[in-house]
Amino acid sequence: MKRMLISDVVQSVPPSGIRRFFDLANQLPEAISLGVGEPDFVTPWHIREACIHALETGYTSYTTNQGLPELRREIAKAFCRDYSVDYDPDDEILVTTGVSEGIDLVVRSILNRGDEVIIAEPCYVSYKPTVIFAGGSPVTVATDLKNDFRVTADQIKEKITEKTRAIMINYPNNPTGATMGKKDLEEIADVAIDYDLLIISDEIYDKLTYDGKHTCFSSLNGMKENTIVFNGFSKSHAMTGLRIGYALGNSEIIGAMTKIHQYTMLCSPITSQMAAIDALRNGDAEMEKMVREYDRRRHLIISGLNDLGLDCFWGKGAFYVFPSIASTGMTSGEFAERLLLEKGVAVVPGDVFGDCGAGFLRCSYAASRDDIKEALLRIGEFLASIERVVQYNPPISGLE
Amino acid sequence: MDLALNVLEIIENDPKINISEIASLTGRSDREIRDCIGELESNGTIRKYKTVIDWDKVNNGYVYAVIEIKVSLERETGYNVVADRISRFPEVRSVRLISGDHDLSLTVRGRSMKEVAFFVAEKIATLPQVQSTATHFVLKTYKEDGVLLHEPEHAHRLSIVP
Ligand SMILES: Cc1ncc(COP(=O)(O)O)c(C=O)c1O
Repeated sequence: MKRMLISDVVQSVPPSGIRRFFDLANQLPEAISLGVGEPDFVTPWHIREACIHALETGYTSYTTNQGLPELRREIAKAFCRDYSVDYDPDDEILVTTGVSEGIDLVVRSILNRGDEVIIAEPCYVSYKPTVIFAGGSPVTVATDLKNDFRVTADQIKEKITEKTRAIMINYPNNPTGATMGKKDLEEIADVAIDYDLLIISDEIYDKLTYDGKHTCFSSLNGMKENTIVFNGFSKSHAMTGLRIGYALGNSEIIGAMTKIHQYTMLCSPITSQMAAIDALRNGDAEMEKMVREYDRRRHLIISGLNDLGLDCFWGKGAFYVFPSIASTGMTSGEFAERLLLEKGVAVVPGDVFGDCGAGFLRCSYAASRDDIKEALLRIGEFLASIERVVQYNPPISGLE
Repeated sequence: MDLALNVLEIIENDPKINISEIASLTGRSDREIRDCIGELESNGTIRKYKTVIDWDKVNNGYVYAVIEIKVSLERETGYNVVADRISRFPEVRSVRLISGDHDLSLTVRGRSMKEVAFFVAEKIATLPQVQSTATHFVLKTYKEDGVLLHEPEHAHRLSIVP
């Protein structure tokens, strides 16, 4: 075929430079992995039992596009209970095939060609490509270690143009583990109101908040109308493979998203929807147990990395820490690749999540305590070995 | 999270863990953890540090039976006297007062079925308060004290996902 097969838009998204590293890591299954962005717990048994029961009793059909009414009611109840925000199950809630789908739907619903979305980086890898696929243009804001990876109102204001349509944030954050308190979020909300921007708030890690309480963006004064909140079951209930999440927001945008969803996805898998109902009704105890265990591992890994001289701040959310490797003089990619090949420990180079992640690593503590301890030991050995290289091989050339 | 609850949850599943490791998991000092455990031991919250063993894996391991008992109550004394008498036999591993058709449920352990059967016939059934016994030998234990006695399952994950 002579003609170019692939569209300009898809071509404009650079192939992930990190693909080679991921492929390499996934070929070494015996490596200890701190590289995984999903729980190491298997879905709690009562939820799996609900899936099995759903299959046994013949729940294998389509559902309404928006998702089972019962599930939407349970979601509404949970948000009213946890955050005192009322969503109407009839037209303000859409059940999606994971938060991933929801994010795609919202940007496709609101963006005209060339419209801009401000994205706080480092961020989940899908945000920028999703905006580009929707014809929009991502504009990134770099957060940093100095400010514990929180985005500020001033940083956002600097990037606003007439084309800006939305601000996309994710707290608790993948990959940094950062959280934002109510005060911090209120400043962002003020910007959104002043400039009439939509907030796209991915709160998939809301339940994994340690030391403090998560603030749902739409619970801020006056923000329910111009916030689309995303959440799901992948992280809180260890249900990544069941592919289920939801979007909450004003009926106009949820309606537009439903229009795309109805033609492209039709509905989320019914088995997963049934499982999600059970997770909301009966899942708190098991979820809280997982959260308590994550919190122990968080203490273990953050103090361990700091003791090794890899600076990391005490992030209070998700299951990630984001240590700086500036002291080693290596790039994130070099460090990660050598650590994998020489010591059999997999971590993710920070720049995968945006340029400002350069010089950092993402380490996930969704790994057993034994694995975390062993990984810390090996990282320690690795650091010792590279220091020795510097000591015994002084640079031959001049200092400039 | 409440420190005592956190510590209990950690050592319930891992009694061999050392103090400084608990300290690093909870973000407290060794001293705080030592004090906390000391208090839990001395007030009787922590009764004993135990090991769960799959005796089926050991040659000449143990035979277990669940024994259900009906008792006739003497005036004034209630169940406690007979339960206490039964509890003192080392062969008896647990004693519970239960609802339903029977009154007490015991777990008894011995070296052979014969040994367990004779123990029940001679020592338990002959107690004056015991009206009847029903002995159920354990054929296989799948889960003991919250621990699965077969290979635990693992999440099937790739080693790297963003
Ligand atoms: C911030 C963030 N959003 C969304 C997702 C995807 O979630 P889902 O499984 O619901 O599609 C992830 C998964 O890693 C994530 O980290």
